[in-house]
Formats: sequence, structure tokens, C-alpha cells
Amino acid sequence: MAQLTLHKIEKTYPNGFKAVHGIDLEVRDGEFMVFVGPSGCAKSTVLRMIAGLESISGGELRIGSTVVNNLQAKQRGIAMVFQNYALYPHMKVYDNLAFGLRLSGTPKAEIESRVRETARLLEMEQLLDRYPKQLSGGQAQRVAVGRAIVKKPEVFLFDEPLSNLDAKLRASMRVRLTELHRTLRESGRPSTVVYVTHDQVEAMTMGERICVLKDGTIQQVDLPTVLYERPANVFVAGFIGSPEMNIREATVRAQGAGLVLMLGDVALPVPTVREAQLRPFLDRVVKLGLRPEHITTGAPKDVPITPVEGVLRLIEHMGSEVFVHFDVAGVPFTCRVPSDQLSGIERRARGERHSFGFQMGMSHVFDADSGRNLFL
Amino acid sequence: MNAILASERVASEHEALITLRRERINATLRYAVLFTVGLVMLYPLVWLVGASFKSNTEIFTEMGFWPSQFDFSAYVKGWKTSTEYTFATYFLNSFLIIIPRIIVTVISCVLVAYAFARFEFWGKKILFSIMVGTMMLPLIILRLPQYLMFKEFGWLDSYLPLIVPSAFATDTFFVFMLVQFLRGIPRDMEEAAQIDGCNALQLLWHIIVPLLKPAIISVVVFQFIWTMNDFMGPLIYLSTVEKYPVSLALKMSIGATEEVQWASVIAISVVALLPSVAVFFMAQRHFIEGAASSGIKG
Repeated sequence: MAQLTLHKIEKTYPNGFKAVHGIDLEVRDGEFMVFVGPSGCAKSTVLRMIAGLESISGGELRIGSTVVNNLQAKQRGIAMVFQNYALYPHMKVYDNLAFGLRLSGTPKAEIESRVRETARLLEMEQLLDRYPKQLSGGQAQRVAVGRAIVKKPEVFLFDEPLSNLDAKLRASMRVRLTELHRTLRESGRPSTVVYVTHDQVEAMTMGERICVLKDGTIQQVDLPTVLYERPANVFVAGFIGSPEMNIREATVRAQGAGLVLMLGDVALPVPTVREAQLRPFLDRVVKLGLRPEHITTGAPKDVPITPVEGVLRLIEHMGSEVFVHFDVAGVPFTCRVPSDQLSGIERRARGERHSFGFQMGMSHVFDADSGRNLFL
Repeated sequence: MNAILASERVASEHEALITLRRERINATLRYAVLFTVGLVMLYPLVWLVGASFKSNTEIFTEMGFWPSQFDFSAYVKGWKTSTEYTFATYFLNSFLIIIPRIIVTVISCVLVAYAFARFEFWGKKILFSIMVGTMMLPLIILRLPQYLMFKEFGWLDSYLPLIVPSAFATDTFFVFMLVQFLRGIPRDMEEAAQIDGCNALQLLWHIIVPLLKPAIISVVVFQFIWTMNDFMGPLIYLSTVEKYPVSLALKMSIGATEEVQWASVIAISVVALLPSVAVFFMAQRHFIEGAASSGIKG
């Protein structure tokens, strides 16, 4: 029963700087919610306010049905995993896990069984007698997670817990943590998780819902797939996805009965179903967004494309797929194609012309000023 | 072609040899200078130990430190002293001052440093600068008002004036040192402990004090040595010979008889040095441990 409710949460620092501008958000009971955004977007500040490490300047924070604004960290029923683990260096792993339980006056036998159970769950029973400095990065990470689990909190808070690990370990810990959350849920101990990261891959793979933040305001909260396919604005569109969406300025013009987006002297037809939404923007500059995988290097039969002539700049081989960088009317674009569908572009030299296929049906158009997605 | 290569190789080998020789000369010079300077600095101490075995005439006639015979009678005589007490009493007195003083110093300085390093309170900046300012103050100017104050308290000829001031974190150098050390410790661990349920004092006891251990050991060592060597304080406040610490008793053994038994004075000086040296070497390992691994890994 640990639903987390943020109502018009604000943070103003003593020097007058306003870091968080009235955030409204509901994290459901047992949900894995990811806060993602670039550095300085206040995602960690919001997390620390939930944890009780940072005071709340305005608004109301509820855990379950209790308003916790003025409760101390220890009274909120939360546990937190820190970026650099924050293990107590002078205590063995066992004592690191037991410390919180001892403070709350848990009977010794129960502490023992809970610590052992947690160690078993995280496969770190052999580490219990070690000191933190004798652990590798991945092991320390697991102990930090264990220290949170052993308390059986209502809400788990993670503050960029994987960013100190190397890429390989990060990928495996990502899976472990997600599995752990599902395992706990299946075993009847659903845990609400708020997970902060700046890495959109972590956000997309781990989050059941994602909250995208920028400059202390929420940009969009939704399922990962919705965020990817229907970004609310140009910031979310650019932030989610790798390589990032091609977002370029274009002018809306009338051509015949329909509308086109003019990219220099190249005309890209607006899909008929979108025309009504773009009509008010006739002769104005908008931002065209097209994901790299919605540009082809050949002319596939099954998807409708608009052929566009581009000048090849660079090809990056990633293994199963290839990133192609090219210019259209002097504007740079990136496309991403499976290695087996290159259609001969790999034989082209730098600077040669090639015909690319733009799937305009998959395109987004954003307001040039507000950044709002005009197709939503 | 081969001839050119061979001659090049010879040239480069020759160059390597020169470099090697230059490095050797440099190292020899460096060690010679270090050894000389080290010897000059240590010589008085070495001489002191040597002289403790010499007779009065030998002390003033022989330059070398090696005594003509190893005669421990100076130690025996010095230990007995010309007073009714032996040096055992004076050492005991010294420890009766040092041990309580170290305890109250550590407690008060850690508390004050914790407040300065981790809490926001009104006037914190100005209070901290005043505290640092008092470090610049020559302590001698406080002697008179302090003496009058302790006289009013009726504390003269007791150890209280030597111990009680330290219970109020008046050894500002230690506070400063601990604050600087604390500022270098990341706060995450304290935040984690806060979430685990620590209040401010539990935080201090369970987390901060263990992390501060190397700095606290430094405080203990410095306070031990400084108090052991303190002469002025006991001289002003103590008047009964029975309560004298080692530093005063040493002085007394110089003036007590008409002809000074230098060998005895020197022998007791050597003995008086031992506790400080022992404490320093016992603590040295912890200094190094504290510097090498704070246990905080990124």
C-alpha cells in the first residue's frame, strides 16, 4: 500500500534559485518508475525530497495516505541506494545490512534471518564477512541494494546506482535489478521503486513508466513505448532514443491540394491524415522529427517512402546494424539500417550522392517555439 | 646501411651509459646531503643518550657521544631525586593530568567540529572565524586573567586548571583539524545512516567517529606530547612538590643541590622522552592507515 503522490512539489534554495517548479506525479503501488533527464534537471533533488534528505519548499508529498513533508527520513518507510553505494567502511557487509534493523530495535534472531535471506536473494552470502574495501564495484553495488531490501521498505529510491560501473557490468546489473523487482512482486512483496538515471537506455529498459524531467519540470510521464512513439514535445523526442531523432527546421508550404515540408529546396509531403493539424501553420517554420530507423537506404516494397537525394558523409558499422550520416540540402541526417539491408550504400564513397527513403508516415512535427508535438 | 645502424646503436648505448652514471652521481649526492642534514638534526639527541652514561667531567671535556663506560648509576640516582619522592610519583602525576585532559579534549573537540562541519546555524561563519582567530593569539596573554579566575574558583594547586579548559574545546587547533578532515568525508554515508534511522548523536557515534579515527588519533598524540612537555601551566598553578609533573620535577633536579649532577639530569631527560616517543610510534601505523585507505571507493 505504498503509493507515492507528489502534489505541486517545489524546491527553492536559500539563495533564491528555484530548482523544482511544482511537480505533480503519482507513482502507483508496486510500480517501477524511472526519473530521467539531463544533468541539472533536478531529478536527484526530487528523489532526495522524497527521501527526506532535502526539505520541501512547497506542495504536498504523500507516501500511502500519509503526508510526509515534515517527517524525518527514518519515519518515511523508504530505503535508498546511492550512486557511490555509501557503505559504512568500518562495518562488515553483515553489519552494513543489519545496522538499520538494529537501530529500529529488531530482535537479534530476526535480524539474522532477514540478513541471510537478503544475502541469499542477491547471491552474496560469501561476502557477509568482508569489509566494503574488499569488494569489487559490482559486489559493493549488490550490498548497497541488499541494505535497502533488508529493511522491507514501502518505497525504494535509487539514485543513479549503476553509473559507477563499467558498461558490461551495468548491463547485467540492469537486468538483475529489473528481475529483482519482478521477483519481489511475484513473491507477494510488491515494492514501489523510484529510479533516477541520466541514461535513457536504463530508463527505457527498466522503467514500467518513465518520467522525463527538464529544468525542474515534468515533460512527459508514460510507458516507455509511448514515450518513444508519441513524444509530447521536441525535448522528449530528442532525449529518448539512440541515435537521437533527426529534428530539423522545415517550412510548411501548400503544394497542389496537399501540404509539404520544405527542407531547403527539397519538398517532403505531409501525410494526408496530418494535413488538418498542420494547416494553421501554413508558411511558418516548424520542426520536423524523423527517427533514424524511419529512413531507409534503399526502396523497400512494403513501406511507403519518399525518395530523398542525400550526400553521404560517414558510415558507422555497429555489427547488426549500420548508422549512415548524410546531408540533405546541407542539413545533416542520420539513418539506421540493418546490416543486411544496406542496398549498396556501403560501396559508395564519401561525398557521393545516394537516394534515401524517408517514411513520412512515421514523422513528427513540433511547434518551433513551444516545442509541442503538433500531431498529438 | 648496417654500419650506420651499428654506429647508431653504439652511440645510443653510450648515451644510456652516461645517463645511468649521471643518475648514480645524483643519487649519491642526494643521500649524502640527506644523511648529513639528518645527522646534524639528530646529533643532540644521540649526544643526550650518550652523555647520560658519562661522568660530570667527561660531559664537559669530551666532544664525542660515545661514553668511556656504560654506567647506569646516573639513572638510579636521577630516578631517586633529591626530594622525598621518586620519579615514579612525577610520572604518575603527569599521567593524572594527561589522561583526563586527552579524554575531555577528544570529546569536546569532536562535538564542536561536528557542529561546524555538518550543521547550519545562526552565526556559524563568524563563530568559526573567531575560533580560528584565537589560534593566532599568543596564549601567554591569557595567563593572568585565567590565573585570577581559577584563584576565585579555589582551584589553585590542583590539576583542574590544567584539565578543565580543554573540556570546552579551547584547543582550537584540534577543532580546526577535525573540521577540515570532516569536510573531506562525503556525506552519503551519513545520509544513508539517516535513512537507516540514526539521529544526530547516533550518527556521530556510529558513523562519524569511526571515520574520524585517524584524525582523533592525531589529536591524542599531539595532546599527549604537548601536555607532557607543558612547563608553564604546571609552574603557575602547582605549588606542592608532591603534585609536580615530570617537566617541573626535571627543572627542580637542576636547582635543588649546589653542584648539579648533569648525568642524572640528562638520564632522567632521556626517560622523560620515552612516553612521548612510544606514543608516537604506536600511533604512527594509524596515521599511515588513515592516509592510505579511507575505505571510501568511488
